[in-house]
Amino acid sequence: MALFQISEPGESPLPHARKRAIGIDLGTTNSLVATMRNGLAVVLPDGEGRPLVPSIVRYRDDGVDVGYAAMAHQSDDPQNTIVSVKRMMGRGLADLGDDRRFPYRFQEAPGMVRIATRAGVKSPVEISAEILRALRARGEASLGGPIDGAVVTVPAYFDDAQRQATKDAAKLAGLPVLRLLNEPTAAAVAYGLDNASEGIYAVYDLGGGTFDISILKLSRGVFEVLATNGDSALGGDDFDHRVFCWIIEAAGLPPLSPTDARLLLVKSREAKEMLTGHEAAPLLAMLGDETRVNLTLTKDIFTDITRNLVAKTLPPMKRALRDAGIAATAVNGVVLVGGATRMPQVRRAVAEFFGQPPLTNLNPDEVVALGAAVQANKLAGNREQNDDWLLLDVIPLSLGVETMGGLAERIVPRNSTIPVTRSQEFTTFRDGQTAMAIHVVQGEREKIADCRSLARFELRGIPPMTAGAARIRVTFDVDADGLLAVSAREQTTGVEAAITVKPSYGLTDDEIARMLTDSFAHAEDDVKARALAEAEVEADQILAATAHALDVDADLLGADERRRIDEAVGVLRTVRAGGDHLALRAAVEQLNRATTTFAGRRMDRSMSAALTGKRVDAVL
Amino acid sequence: MIDLSQNHFELFGLPQRYRCDMAALDRAYRRLQSDVHPDRHAGGSDAQKRAALQASARVNEAYRALKDAVARAQYLLQLQGIDAFDETDTALPLEFLERQLERREAADEAMAQHDERALSALIDGVRGDAAEIESGLAQMLDDQHAYAAACTPVRELKFLGKLAFDIDELQASLTD
Repeated sequence: MALFQISEPGESPLPHARKRAIGIDLGTTNSLVATMRNGLAVVLPDGEGRPLVPSIVRYRDDGVDVGYAAMAHQSDDPQNTIVSVKRMMGRGLADLGDDRRFPYRFQEAPGMVRIATRAGVKSPVEISAEILRALRARGEASLGGPIDGAVVTVPAYFDDAQRQATKDAAKLAGLPVLRLLNEPTAAAVAYGLDNASEGIYAVYDLGGGTFDISILKLSRGVFEVLATNGDSALGGDDFDHRVFCWIIEAAGLPPLSPTDARLLLVKSREAKEMLTGHEAAPLLAMLGDETRVNLTLTKDIFTDITRNLVAKTLPPMKRALRDAGIAATAVNGVVLVGGATRMPQVRRAVAEFFGQPPLTNLNPDEVVALGAAVQANKLAGNREQNDDWLLLDVIPLSLGVETMGGLAERIVPRNSTIPVTRSQEFTTFRDGQTAMAIHVVQGEREKIADCRSLARFELRGIPPMTAGAARIRVTFDVDADGLLAVSAREQTTGVEAAITVKPSYGLTDDEIARMLTDSFAHAEDDVKARALAEAEVEADQILAATAHALDVDADLLGADERRRIDEAVGVLRTVRAGGDHLALRAAVEQLNRATTTFAGRRMDRSMSAALTGKRVDAVL
Repeated sequence: MIDLSQNHFELFGLPQRYRCDMAALDRAYRRLQSDVHPDRHAGGSDAQKRAALQASARVNEAYRALKDAVARAQYLLQLQGIDAFDETDTALPLEFLERQLERREAADEAMAQHDERALSALIDGVRGDAAEIESGLAQMLDDQHAYAAACTPVRELKFLGKLAFDIDELQASLTD
């Protein structure tokens, strides 16, 4: 009797060349790109050996600079040189607080703020895409060809709007995104795999503009996030700003020009960094009107003026531990991530809170990118030693809908493990009501006004019934990237409405398509060529996956089902050579439809095999 | 497309009862996720990815329902066709309610006095009661199969969970 062979899950069905996979840490202050080389994750440096790319974009008259080239002009061309764009991702002007602390010409736009530059009005998504393009180019140069897949990290406490904006930026930069990965989780992967750790770990991640705390359980290759918390508008930038305010007060300066403001912010950052290894830092600057600033910032003053910033990280730590059901003393190790954790007062506060010195044996600037590279390599299908591990992550903020009286009804609670699907039934409150407005929100507060509005949509065509008779089932689906889709269905009639939560804040797909076309780096031919290349890769992937599935699980198919799949495969094979990306997409979709039931049955077989603890090849 | 006819216990290969081997549940959960999680099917076709997403969400939901003492009891009753939280029947014994009201008042009093230890003692008391109810539930559900009668203790257990959470919240606000 012939034995069926089933490969381990994740094992690529066919032998193939190694995929070019990269991990990207898109940071507020600095960004990095890393990859796996000879079984080790490594950060890819530039030609001068520098691992970091400053997350700074400068719009020139005739092009765009990213990184150090842009950094050199942050003081003399502040309005066209954008720093810390990550703070603006998925955010409106009102979210940014005091906009005078930024030297930019902001414009209000629906959902997300825009910045007027000499190259036109730019959204934070477009600006971030410039940074991602630079990282993609570095990756391609180093790996010798187009990137097959990328994992891009986001702060764990990023909400749906911020995640979607990040994914849009990657799309705009032409990066095939395998997964959005939470930064502390990425750090835990890099750390955990490096140290073969087991137990409960806390990851304290204070970056340039965001703060995350995640509590993870590491056990036999599973990284399970128990809870996460944070503040997506707290980071090293705020420490710079405190020093900046101190300078203005101590030197008695009048309101500053954008150029002077940026100059003093740069000096503030330099002083902050110097205080990590020194007792005092000089602050010397010559302003535009020839005012001389000459001050000394001591460690004591710095600690004093930033005390409440450090204190702001404590409540999220407590909440995360409480949600995880873990006492601070039960934590086996604390990992520090992010450049801002170099500040001695931060380390002291963390050590005191957990009652143990934090672990710092991995470079806090690089650890996130390294973890992302490990994950990208795995998701792309490259095999490594000891790669039988799994990440189970959570959503950071509760998701719900607005109900009567402006209250939020929670449907998916925070710290639910993703992917997650959750439904709830609602009903009409007026006799004969034929439509229902559904307002999707994210946040922990009871009142709608205190939560973030994600989307609004309407379910229409409900047949007139008495109040309370209709059964409207609202379903929330959160995928493995932490992104939400919502659908609603009237149960008695089957009337449906669905939305991928996006249009109310971010960019529509049309807008992204226009940006891609408009983009300096993407002439129209380029866009078409890319679309074709992507469709061809997708076609090859599904053909290979289908062939493999038929090899091992053909017994799950009836003759009719088999014939439909074979036909769809035949059509796709023919279209594959035609060079028409639209026809190719249609044929891929047709094969996908033809194999949907098959894929479900295979998943069932795989689950029952897992249950009995035996692989199918061992059972038959 | 995933087989949704299996109940949560069958999915994890566990006996259908309230007394639950948590270590076995954890092991089965991890084993299933190791197979179906979307990360394990990142290179698959769209159909395969959708199936993985669906299966993984299903496994997460089942795990959540069995891990928690209230949710597990609620689910066992649901399998018997009983809704423990039916809105038309929300009654709790007066004696029980009075006792919890006293606890809430004591918690407010402890807050006013900034008495963290008193709050801890209250939480311990609530958790002690909850543990007792859980063992009573185990007898009712697993040994006596007294499903209808189990509704009241399930509701009490949920009530106590909320109370412990609220007092915990108060205690946290004291130390912030």
